[in-house]
Amino acid sequence: MELSPFYQDLLTALNTGVITSIGLIIPSALGGVCIGIAAGALRTFGPKPVRKLGDAYAALFRGTPLVIQLFILYYGLPNLGIYLSPYAAAVTGFMLCSGAYQSEYVRGALLSIQRGQYYGAQALGFTTFQTVFWVIIPQAMRRAIHGCGNEIIYLIKYSSLAYIVTCMELTGEGNTIASEYFRFTEVFMMVGVYYLLLVSCAMLILKRIEQWLHVPGFGHQEG
Amino acid sequence: MTEAKFILEVDTLNKSYGDNTILKGVSLTLEEGEIKVLIGPSGGGKSTLLQCINCLVAPDSGTISMHGKEINLKNKKDLYQLRQRVGMIFQEFNLFDHLTALDNVTIALRKVRRMDKGAANKRAMFELEQVGLGDKIELYPAQLSGGQKQRVAIARALAMDPEVLLLDEPTSALDPELVGEVISVIKALAAKGMTMIMATHQISLIAGLARNVLFMENGIIQEQGSPKELLGAGKKTRTQGFCDRLSDLDGEGS
Repeated sequence: MELSPFYQDLLTALNTGVITSIGLIIPSALGGVCIGIAAGALRTFGPKPVRKLGDAYAALFRGTPLVIQLFILYYGLPNLGIYLSPYAAAVTGFMLCSGAYQSEYVRGALLSIQRGQYYGAQALGFTTFQTVFWVIIPQAMRRAIHGCGNEIIYLIKYSSLAYIVTCMELTGEGNTIASEYFRFTEVFMMVGVYYLLLVSCAMLILKRIEQWLHVPGFGHQEG
Repeated sequence: MTEAKFILEVDTLNKSYGDNTILKGVSLTLEEGEIKVLIGPSGGGKSTLLQCINCLVAPDSGTISMHGKEINLKNKKDLYQLRQRVGMIFQEFNLFDHLTALDNVTIALRKVRRMDKGAANKRAMFELEQVGLGDKIELYPAQLSGGQKQRVAIARALAMDPEVLLLDEPTSALDPELVGEVISVIKALAAKGMTMIMATHQISLIAGLARNVLFMENGIIQEQGSPKELLGAGKKTRTQGFCDRLSDLDGEGS
């Protein structure tokens, strides 16, 4: 079956776009999780000034729209002599924003670990860092994974904002074709299908990670 | 330098939370192989005393010495050292919920003692077999009964070769039919000459094991002496009175 030129153009454009999107999402998700764990742990266990600094970071990035953050990174930073490529600006913005949200999930999970787990480790001669790293974080991770996964799914969708700083990803490519052919409905429905597929893949991977991390006594899958 | 007489000396420990004074100048000494039992009503300061001895809770003042050498409680390194030498068993077990029985025992060996995995596993297997759990090593805490959890906790503490073991009501959170298995492990430890301080309400442990009984109330050691001196029909001590009330609650006694 021969596709019409419109669909040929559309699919080519979207396939290019989705690669860029994946290139944005993977480092942003990984970076966001790492920042989230570090910021969450510091906001929970750090010395007071560090905690305050972490709280300020989370308040700033959760409290302002992502679009504004991206604008500042891309159009604002050059005033300070820092030039970021569209891609770099987008990934930086996504990581920082995602990290701020992730830190909140991580912090909640860390706080939910019972005092006895600290005592158990401390009584064996663990340092505070060892206690947090080997006992508290592995348990908190299992409690945080649902929230963190949810945030990654959000990230997949807000990655569409990258095109505002001229990083041509899925939505950007779709938008170009839509304007060219003036066929918005088909294009954006198709773009929606692509996002749905991306999110489905992510959910599958997250499910796998959940199963891999599963330990009896931690929530779901219990008979 | 001659060997100090006492393995552990605790001198005038004080601890308060706000206006609430928990420990009022508690002192005690422990010889090698000695077993001291702490009894007394809840809120009397038993748990806090044990937690202060290995500084899970920092005492407000007072000193702790091992083998005649005072531990600098402000120095973190000294603290970590102290805790490795003083094992602790908790009422609520405090096993690491994300690790199997085996890994619960090996993790401190690997991360604190820096043993390699093979040696740590071997040591852990030995300790778990000693407490009768050689066949449960792959199970997680959620899959173990209370008695089994407490025995894993004991194996975990022993794997660190502690010089003193602190037991904070080791049988209080257990179902009555599971108390026996933990008691027999503790008795076997005593027979091997383990130095212990144990807070308990279990009369069979008090009479059978203790060389010394300390009766604690309101943050002070009110009475101390051998079980013979403090306990027994007709003794007019507060310790005896307290134990009588425990037996009454237990019905036929335990």
